[in-house]
Amino acid sequence: MSDRITRDEVIHVARLARLELAPDEVDAFTEQLARVLEHAADVESLEVDDVAPTSHPLPLANVYRADEVTPSIDRDEVLAQAPFAEDHMFRVPPVLGEEP
Amino acid sequence: MTAIELSAAVRSGERRAVDILDEHLARIEERDGEIHAFNLVTADLARSQAEAVDSAVAEGRDPGPLAGVPVAVKDNTCTRGIPTTCSSRILDGWLPPYNATVVDRLAAAGAVTIGKTNLDEFAMGSSTENSAFGPTRNPHDTSKVPGGSSGGSAAAVAAEFAPLAIGSDTGGSIRQPAALCGVVGAKPTYGVVSRYGLIAFASSLDQIGPFATTVADAAVLLESIGGHDPRDSTSIEAPAPSLLDVLERGVDGLRVGVLTELAGGPGGVEGISPDVIARTAQAVAALEAAGAEVSEVSVPSATLGLTAYYLIAPAEASSNLSRYDGVRYGLRVDASTTGEMNTASRSAGFGDEVKRRIMLGTYALSAGYYDAFYGKALKVRTLILRDFAVAYEKVDVLVTPTSPTTAFGFGDKTADPMSMYVNDVCTIPSNLSGHPAISVPFGVGDDGLPIGVQILGPAQSEPIIFSVAAVLEDVASKGGAR
Repeated sequence: MSDRITRDEVIHVARLARLELAPDEVDAFTEQLARVLEHAADVESLEVDDVAPTSHPLPLANVYRADEVTPSIDRDEVLAQAPFAEDHMFRVPPVLGEEP
Repeated sequence: MTAIELSAAVRSGERRAVDILDEHLARIEERDGEIHAFNLVTADLARSQAEAVDSAVAEGRDPGPLAGVPVAVKDNTCTRGIPTTCSSRILDGWLPPYNATVVDRLAAAGAVTIGKTNLDEFAMGSSTENSAFGPTRNPHDTSKVPGGSSGGSAAAVAAEFAPLAIGSDTGGSIRQPAALCGVVGAKPTYGVVSRYGLIAFASSLDQIGPFATTVADAAVLLESIGGHDPRDSTSIEAPAPSLLDVLERGVDGLRVGVLTELAGGPGGVEGISPDVIARTAQAVAALEAAGAEVSEVSVPSATLGLTAYYLIAPAEASSNLSRYDGVRYGLRVDASTTGEMNTASRSAGFGDEVKRRIMLGTYALSAGYYDAFYGKALKVRTLILRDFAVAYEKVDVLVTPTSPTTAFGFGDKTADPMSMYVNDVCTIPSNLSGHPAISVPFGVGDDGLPIGVQILGPAQSEPIIFSVAAVLEDVASKGGAR
């Protein structure tokens, strides 16, 4: 197995992404991600300090629209799709007191 | 019959839309149990649309250019009140509260939306094997994959379940399955088709496009769904490209480039099979015989596209897919705190490939690795844009294979993600550059399965690449691809 990424790093990344992996999943993902990152060595080793990055294919500018009231998506239809909703709000388990 | 022929027959009153619908539903009934192109067949909605088209014709109104034509829609495209799953458990049962712009435009053009097609979960894959609802089979050989991620849409058109289908293409997800299923598929210029209501995978790469059995049918579908949409801030402020009126203009005097890095030579991309290389060369020769000026053109950074893509797309996906947290829609697995609920829901709802890409993207964006991976990948994107700009000073279009191989077997490439990712090597550069590309069937490989040839052009060159594809289609129909 390559040392491109370690088991601990995979566990750390999964935690950042709010994913929980079983031990055998950690093994499999470590091996697979290592293989992808090995392939990424061609990009990692490029000398491109003088090249500007491109994050988007089009030159983007902010788009404004006239400040006119138009119909929006129906609130009840949106809330009807929530796993739990109450008094026109999404309901979730306790948030306070959690570890960050 | 083609979509154009069906629509003409409906508009003239020669045929009824409901009868056309029934014929297609009968074929689905007969064979989709085996093919599994559809996650959902929307027969009742389709019937009400077909009846409305027939009423319009009876009253002397024109229902539009797609009058009565059944269209299959990839199941990552929002349809109000109709399940839209992305072939993921995490959206199982979700009913979108709005339609994607393309869905509204299909209806406005008189189309009959016949169902939602299967895909690799969240469009991540090249074989449709990553669907949470089971794979789609290739209608040409059911022991083979249809390609992906829009495998259901490609198979639906190939199996004649619908003459037209909508797909989305982030790294080749329209063109590669089109090639493997022997149909036409196009990725328009980024921003030509509204992404409003397309469930996001990688927002700077995603683009909606057409599947059809003919280039002309793909053209009429793109004309119907394209054009500026104020609800997509990345939408180009221009009407849909006008394609049908220029489709027959041929290639006389057109400058056609062979993209050397994708032509199987030394120093180029490896792993493109000899029969695919040979067909592509045959297509180029046919264009030369039809009057095109052919030359070889180098796009050196094309060899880096695959790696750059598999850093950029997962990075964008890891951000886009953070919205699936069990709060507002879809699956929730209960837990005692919100954080635990988020984690439990995502872990239960996402499949392995989606988890893999979320983690790859999170890694590429994380402290200490951002500059080495994501930052470098964005610079490769600049190199690709520069190289294409130089190439398009010398030629009008570039010709390449669409897929390195013909359709492969189930399970052949699932163990090693990298072996699956290389399927996209010829299609990815156009997504990174935002340029349009079309795959057109051109003969078969040594195994008798379809091969697609890809035509690339600069931004908003759809009229040119479609007319080149029409020439190749004509050559192939006259036996010139044997």
